[in-house]
Amino acid sequence: MPSLDTAAIRSDFPVFERLIGGKQIHFLDSGASSQKPSQVLDAMTEFAAHHYANVHRGAYTLSLEATTEFERCRSSVARFIGATSPNEVVLTRGATTALNQIAFGWGGEHLRAGDKILLTTFEHHANLIPWQMVARRTGAQLDFVPFNEDYQFDIDVFEAKLDTDVKVVAVTGMSNVLGTLPPLRQIVEQSHSVGAIVVVDGAQLVPHLGVDVTDLGADFVAVSAHKMLGPTGIGFLWGRMDRLEEMEPFEGGGEMIADVTLESATWAQIPHRFEAGTPAIIESVGLTAAIEYLEALGMDAVAAHDAELTAYALGRLADVPDLTVYGPSDLSKRGGVISFTLGDAHPHDLATILDSEGVSVRAGHHCAKPLVRALGVPATARASFYVYNTTDDVDALLDGLSVAADIFSPSRVV
Amino acid sequence: MSLEDLYREVIIDHYRSPRNREPLKHADTRAEGVNPLCGDEVTVELELSEDGSIDAISVRGQGCSISQSSASMMSELVKGKSRDEIEEVVEKFRAMMDLDGDATDVIDPEKPGSVLGDIEALYGVRKFPVRIKCANLPWTTLAEALERTN
Repeated sequence: MPSLDTAAIRSDFPVFERLIGGKQIHFLDSGASSQKPSQVLDAMTEFAAHHYANVHRGAYTLSLEATTEFERCRSSVARFIGATSPNEVVLTRGATTALNQIAFGWGGEHLRAGDKILLTTFEHHANLIPWQMVARRTGAQLDFVPFNEDYQFDIDVFEAKLDTDVKVVAVTGMSNVLGTLPPLRQIVEQSHSVGAIVVVDGAQLVPHLGVDVTDLGADFVAVSAHKMLGPTGIGFLWGRMDRLEEMEPFEGGGEMIADVTLESATWAQIPHRFEAGTPAIIESVGLTAAIEYLEALGMDAVAAHDAELTAYALGRLADVPDLTVYGPSDLSKRGGVISFTLGDAHPHDLATILDSEGVSVRAGHHCAKPLVRALGVPATARASFYVYNTTDDVDALLDGLSVAADIFSPSRVV
Repeated sequence: MSLEDLYREVIIDHYRSPRNREPLKHADTRAEGVNPLCGDEVTVELELSEDGSIDAISVRGQGCSISQSSASMMSELVKGKSRDEIEEVVEKFRAMMDLDGDATDVIDPEKPGSVLGDIEALYGVRKFPVRIKCANLPWTTLAEALERTN
């Protein structure tokens, strides 16, 4: 009994009506960005066509409607992630902006020379480079927890490195390359015991496994809408209210102020002080629709579907000669992204060959160059799953890999 | 143009057994090319004679079969050639890969390899525009190495 009715789901996604090169699309790159259902696209079109104006400004009907819809996005996010209040949700441009806001707005304000920022060696650049920048400005030191021999978060090294100098632990909820799921609950508990705050890059975790931020107990979580069936240009930052109160705005501008003189300004209430400028209003309507879509499916079913496909794919990939998978073998410790290489075929060649078979995979360093370097390869190919994928997509991947294996077969060595 | 045409055996052959890879002891000029988007790397070293022709070339790097075979085939193509001849080859290759142009002005698809030799195998990359930058990387790196001698 499948967890999700994938036939019904696929019919909601116009992209799957397309053929490319006469072939059905097997989209296995949701880890980079997901496809969008009609419900999301139609909601944005309807709003932009009939209800659009700037938010939080006008006293006229359109502006009031737009403001209501924008704030409905905030409360939808709060409900989706289990926040205690919509005021804990800052709508941002995406997870990257959210992480920069946290690094500069909290880290820049509270870190001092000698403090430590503890990251992992497998962070996406979005949860690495802002901390590098803030470390340079504050004199704080960066330190890193590696993955162990099964590509899992090395809890022993984490415990050894965790001391009272550590002020920030910033960790991915799910690696976009390895699929690794660090033990967040344990990380939060131990980090808090030494007085460090915990920042979770939820860009991969939340779309696929959901999160209950109140239950998890972390301090900040960052998420992008476009990886969870929503549009580009919007995402959110959740922060526990006391942490948000400790944070300074990273950007100044319209909408984030209480009062302004030529010399100075005071900030608006939280969360508005962190939302300078006109926000992604139309996109907020898309994000609401995406959340409602995922809620209707049920995040437990979404997670189970990902897990089923991942298990099926890993099982089939294990039979492919010369294929190496980079990620935890323990299925309970990983999500639905699978990085791999095939013999001496470069991942970019693999991606081109697979594309010709109708299979879309990502190839490269996946915005995690230090990690890919640590794997000892120039790049990996990556297949990632979401609600619209089926075992047919995995089978197409395997067929494409056999074409690649033939092209790169050792017998072709001249 | 099928995939098979793109990954013609000649490309795989140059990828697996790249020519002119040995570093030069007395290089007169060198340049390193990187494609930051995909991470392909190519290093070009040249030994030049008095009149500027290429006496010896070393190309090495890491990356996909397109970038690395292009480097290998390029090295065979320009070795021993004068500056004018190199310019002509560079221009023909550029034209062959230029999607705004018609490659058949330069090469004859009926007689593969008759104008530029093995490297005409890269003609098929035109079908995959995102990969053209891979094919071009060694050539832009060569141009940079030559420019440094001016």
